[in-house]
Amino acid sequence: MNKIVEASHISHRFGSTIALDDISFKIGEQELFGFIGPDGSGKTTLFRIITTLVVPDEGQMTVLGRDSVKDFRSLRGEIGYMPGRFSLYQDLTVEENLNFYATIFGTTIKENYRLIEAIYSQIEPFRKRRAGALSGGMKQKLALSCALIHKPSLLVLDEPSTGVDAVSRVEFWEMLHKLRDEGITIIVSTPYMDEAMRCDRIALIQNGKTLGIDTPDHIRERFSQKLYAISNPDIYSLLLALRAEKAVHSSYTFGENIHITLAPGATTEDLTKCLEEKGFTEAKITEIIPGVEDTFLELTQK
Amino acid sequence: MIEEKVIEVKDMVKRFGSFVANDHLTFDVYRGEIFGFLGANGAGKTTAIKILCGLSRPSSGKVTVAGIDASHSPEEIKKRIGYMSQRFSLYEDLTVSENIEFYGGIYGMTRKEIFPRMDDLIRRLDFEAYRNTLIREMPLGLRQKLAFSIAVFHNPEIVFLDEPTSGVDPITRRQFWEMIYETARNGITVFVTTHYMDEAEYCNRVTIMNEGRIEALDTPARLKERYGVSNIEELFLLITRPNNKKV
Repeated sequence: MNKIVEASHISHRFGSTIALDDISFKIGEQELFGFIGPDGSGKTTLFRIITTLVVPDEGQMTVLGRDSVKDFRSLRGEIGYMPGRFSLYQDLTVEENLNFYATIFGTTIKENYRLIEAIYSQIEPFRKRRAGALSGGMKQKLALSCALIHKPSLLVLDEPSTGVDAVSRVEFWEMLHKLRDEGITIIVSTPYMDEAMRCDRIALIQNGKTLGIDTPDHIRERFSQKLYAISNPDIYSLLLALRAEKAVHSSYTFGENIHITLAPGATTEDLTKCLEEKGFTEAKITEIIPGVEDTFLELTQK
Repeated sequence: MIEEKVIEVKDMVKRFGSFVANDHLTFDVYRGEIFGFLGANGAGKTTAIKILCGLSRPSSGKVTVAGIDASHSPEEIKKRIGYMSQRFSLYEDLTVSENIEFYGGIYGMTRKEIFPRMDDLIRRLDFEAYRNTLIREMPLGLRQKLAFSIAVFHNPEIVFLDEPTSGVDPITRRQFWEMIYETARNGITVFVTTHYMDEAEYCNRVTIMNEGRIEALDTPARLKERYGVSNIEELFLLITRPNNKKV
């Protein structure tokens, strides 16, 4: 498989802050690759290096077979980049923005309309509206259209789903899958762990370091212990009780459940009995398959 | 829970020209409750929150917040509530202690009240090392915890949290919710919006807004039972995108 991006020992700092700390990875052709991590983990700096906008302090970044520092000029024409902050011209209309980006990349809306049709058609009724007056979801669709209009080989999306509601997020990921199937390699970052499952491969990232790079399923399998879910009508009381319990090694809330691991030697029967004594007679313990977020929590606690 | 209403909304309508952003909303929020306010982007959540915070007046209907009529005395509401959002809460070029002092002062606390409570707060947050640190130099997770603590520093009756955990790491996100639980136990009502559907499960009751109306309002358990879904995310998709069965 052709390597679209190859990062080798990339480090970068801002003053005394280490933004990226010796990061290496490879991304293949037509992959949908996700960087999963919280704000401040280094995702944006990394994306700026991939898109040739920042020169790394150390290490080498190869994009589409070229060096991101030396060959930045030719690379920029082949990368589509959607920054985390809305960066289109607020005082141009929807149509003017799209036309502007098509023109500076030496193409026309007509030429690549097919590629953006599914997305752009949803905002086309508002094409005469200024970009600054669009809702969050519409801005996101316009930004993606502008990042795609020159038919890039590599699409880099920095937190496209942050602040976007659950429905629009589902739709957005459906669009990304279609684009990948069209042959575009996509790199995307997100703080939402549940979105990790929609990527072909993911890198978990925190404090400028990768905690693991693999398919989402393999990342889940890295969870090293048995994981149990336990629920109770009053979650908070149960959580406090579990914290005080010696048999419990870790406990994290997950929606209506608490996910726990047990201390060495402890059994679920012991725990059930202890909880019953404390009055949690309805608490049920079931073994479950860990998710990406469980693994992330475990890896960051090491 | 004592069923004492701290927010009463009856037939609230907010229009912008011909556009109806809030279409006859009716709901109550009780003291000490964690009330989740969900909806798609553009469903009208922000418009409703602005009215409840005294920043905007309803076009019609009756809105009472902490015993104050939102149509007549919005300024009085502001004194009785706390507010925090993901986008803006603290002054980045002030230190931790300066931000606490500033907000305490804004809410009419005297220096004699502010300083002992500030010491107590910094101790509880384990922030001794950050006392004189500028906010912009602090990690996001810690900022959000501080922002929340400052939003309830003057002991408001209700605290409004607008996407407080957006982009926060998974551990801090959970610690943040524990702060919410503790606050609610101390009798402060928590009114919260979020895009994390697992967080909706942590609320005592949740509303789901769609196109300016409240489509569902109940405890997470009862909503799941009524709609026959296994989690709130499914319900959210069902309500906001009813024609798409695929999801």
